[in-house]
Amino acid sequence: MTITVAGEKKEYKDGLTLPELIDAEQVETPEYVTVSINDEFILTENKASTILKEGDTVEFLYFMGGGQ
Amino acid sequence: MIIRMDYKLYDELSEYARKHFPEEACGLIAGEENGNDRLIKKVYYLENTDHATDHFTLDPREQMDAIKDMRASGLKPLGNWHSHPESPSRPSEEDIRLAFDSKASYMILSLMAKEAVLNSFHVENGQVTKEDLRIISSDYYY
Repeated sequence: MTITVAGEKKEYKDGLTLPELIDAEQVETPEYVTVSINDEFILTENKASTILKEGDTVEFLYFMGGGQ
Repeated sequence: MIIRMDYKLYDELSEYARKHFPEEACGLIAGEENGNDRLIKKVYYLENTDHATDHFTLDPREQMDAIKDMRASGLKPLGNWHSHPESPSRPSEEDIRLAFDSKASYMILSLMAKEAVLNSFHVENGQVTKEDLRIISSDYYY
C-alpha cells in the first residue's frame, strides 16, 4: 500500500501497525512524539492498536518546548 | 551545515518576539534543504501555551496546521525557534533536555542585550553544537 509519511509517499506492507511504522521510520524518542493520521491525533493508548491503510497521511510531531 | 535566513525574516522574528516580551515567544521554521545547507523561507509564529517569561510549549494542533501549510507550500520543516527574554542565546538545560528531534535546528533569539541575538543549534543526545547561521540579503552576494 502507499501512504504519505512526513510529506513523502512510501510503500509499506498492508496491515502495517503504527508501532511498526514508527520503527521503520526510526522515529526518535517516540514517547515524546504526537502522531497524526489524516489530521487526527492518535491517543497514546491507541497507538499500539492502530493499523495504517492505503492512502493514509501520517505526520510525526515532536514535543517542542523549553525554558530559558 | 550553513543555515541562511533573509534579514527581513530576522527583522520580522525580532519584532514579533519584542512585542511578546516579557513572555517567551516561539514558533517553527521551514524552508529548503540542499545537502547540508538550509535556507529558511518562512517563519511560523505559534502561541506559547505556557504564556510564561521563562518557558514555552508549542500547541500540537497549531504545529499540525503549520506542518500542513509547509507541505502545501513545498517547504520542509527545519526546526523551531523561541526567545529568551532575559538570558543569552544558548540552549538552557531544559531546552537541551526537551530537544527530542536531532534533525531540527533549534534557534534561540536573546532579547537580553539592547540588540537581539539569534543563534541556531543542533542538539543530539544532550550534546549541543552551534550551527553556522548566516543572516543574508538576496540583494547582495553572500
